[in-house]
Amino acid sequence: MTRCLRGVMGWVFVCLPLLSYGVTVTDDRGVTVTFERSPQRIVSLLPSLTETVCELDQCHRLVGVDRYSNYPAMVQRLPQVGGGLDPSVEAVVALRPDVVLMATSSRAAERLQALGLKVVALEPRSHKDVQRVMMKIGQLLEVPDAQKVWRAIDAGVSAAAQSLPKSVRGTRVYFEVNQGPYAAGESSFIGETLTRLGVKNIVPADLGQFPKLNPEYVVRANPDLIMVGQRSAAGMAQRPGWAQIRALREQRLCVFPVEQANVLVRPGPRMAEAARLMADCLSAKASEKTPDAKGRKP
Amino acid sequence: MMPTRAVWMGLVGVWSALALAALGVCVGSTGFENLIGPLWSPASHPDQAAMAQQIVWEIRLPRTVGAWAAGALLGLAGAVAQGLFRNPLADPYLLGSASGASLGVAMALVALGGGAGMLGGVSMMNGGVAVGVFSSALWVRIGLTGAGFLGAVLAVLLTLMLSRGAGHTLRLLLSGVVVGVVLGAGTHLVLLFSPDSLQAMQAFMLGSTAFVGWTSATVMLIVWLACWLLAGLLARVLDGLSLGDSTAFSLGLAVTPMRAALVGVLALSTGTAVAQTGLIAFVGLAAPHLIRSLIKTTHAHLMMLSSLAGGVLLMGADILARGLIAPQELPVGVLTAVLGGGYLLWLMHRGQTQTGGAS
Repeated sequence: MTRCLRGVMGWVFVCLPLLSYGVTVTDDRGVTVTFERSPQRIVSLLPSLTETVCELDQCHRLVGVDRYSNYPAMVQRLPQVGGGLDPSVEAVVALRPDVVLMATSSRAAERLQALGLKVVALEPRSHKDVQRVMMKIGQLLEVPDAQKVWRAIDAGVSAAAQSLPKSVRGTRVYFEVNQGPYAAGESSFIGETLTRLGVKNIVPADLGQFPKLNPEYVVRANPDLIMVGQRSAAGMAQRPGWAQIRALREQRLCVFPVEQANVLVRPGPRMAEAARLMADCLSAKASEKTPDAKGRKP
Repeated sequence: MMPTRAVWMGLVGVWSALALAALGVCVGSTGFENLIGPLWSPASHPDQAAMAQQIVWEIRLPRTVGAWAAGALLGLAGAVAQGLFRNPLADPYLLGSASGASLGVAMALVALGGGAGMLGGVSMMNGGVAVGVFSSALWVRIGLTGAGFLGAVLAVLLTLMLSRGAGHTLRLLLSGVVVGVVLGAGTHLVLLFSPDSLQAMQAFMLGSTAFVGWTSATVMLIVWLACWLLAGLLARVLDGLSLGDSTAFSLGLAVTPMRAALVGVLALSTGTAVAQTGLIAFVGLAAPHLIRSLIKTTHAHLMMLSSLAGGVLLMGADILARGLIAPQELPVGVLTAVLGGGYLLWLMHRGQTQTGGAS
């Protein structure tokens, strides 16, 4: 009933801007931005924000995206205005957006504001952030059922966790972000997903979100399973001493193709899909008690 | 002048390298941790001994030896460059050869990877053969070394061409800087076409000894030995050159071919070090200065000693990089830049207050 009422009110705001009270949003910089009416022309400079807008069914309001936004497919047809950290200010201005959604870490915000554009800067880094950002964008775009969309995503993560066989619980996992070697720690977005899946991250929270590790640390921790993007997977077993790691010895290696790796690393609405991808791999690789190295490609 | 003193310093270099190597074996992801104990008496903890053996033998030892070899190569390259161009500021960096080497390595990786986006990620499609910047397969290491060498040679030649010979110091340094910047930009341009590998390559460009295994260490040691012998044979021409071209000629030295050979030594040692460990700053510059501030000697001794000093410097930096914030790691190139840069500033400051000019 309330939802219905809010929906109606949303439409009133959209259709009768002169009578509306406007929209006010406080972003992650602590800046309060006021709009006379909910923005209709949006430029998004962060893939996870692009995905959030589309998840709320407002894809049609996007008029431009950054070069890394590639999901859903329809945003690939939109004009690209450079990267999130190095956008073409001119191209953004030329699109006459009502609002620019971007990360707080980008320096471009001040430049865009100086040119008279409204900027809402949001920085999703954790599961909680994904929820908060979704609520904020829902509020900004006057989408009444943002809460419901979030609950569905959250339920998706829980479902992925429940789908795992008991034997997988406690599997010790190393998630390599890139060959530095940089790892995804327990406190990172990826680490939170792993925790919810009930597996043990070998990189504890106090090392930070994405620490650059001494490779010896991984050999010592001797993880049962390694998750890695396809581009970083090459030659892992040939690294000095790594061939002895249980995960590599027993071929328990989850190699995610580029498309899937994108899903895993973006703190956005596809986190349920990310959890499912990890769960699929976990139940395929980690649950088998006796590994057969023969015929199994990493 | 004082060969006995040089020999004595050489011994200090060797012994401190050995002492640091012992320390390097004891510093790892948990900070200082003596694994020699369990290795000595494997009977008491058999499973611990196996782990200790693996970590010491496959990770810490090659890494420590590799750091020494890379430092020794850079120290040698620095001494050769400074003698060859009669310029105390010459080093692998300022002449553009390090940038050339890294461009060579980046291009080789992209080419081996079959084009865009494949830096270090083709093993799935290539029948299990890994082509990555941190790969340890022998042919990859040798190929990357070759690419680094080629890039370094071309960069030095380009620098020399732009400065019209090594005669004019200011022009030489300026063109070295220009070549370095342009080739560095070229490397970034190459990487732009494979954006996903940018981060891995970035770790490489900050200098990293993290994945140096026996293959890399062996390649570096062999090249170091060759370069060192060659440089020792050619040292006389550097001594002659330090008195001016005409003196060198009048001593009956074949200056031109010997110079070319020294440029080859410079490029080979720089290229090899860069291909295995990435861009490691200031070791090549600081090591010869360190030696020169302690002793006045012939180029043969200078090159040997600064090679030893470079090895000790980088080995020490590597131990610090591993130990300071274990189990996390600092990029060793950043550490050498801070330490080496600070040391050079101090040296210059001291030189100014004592003698009124930079040493």
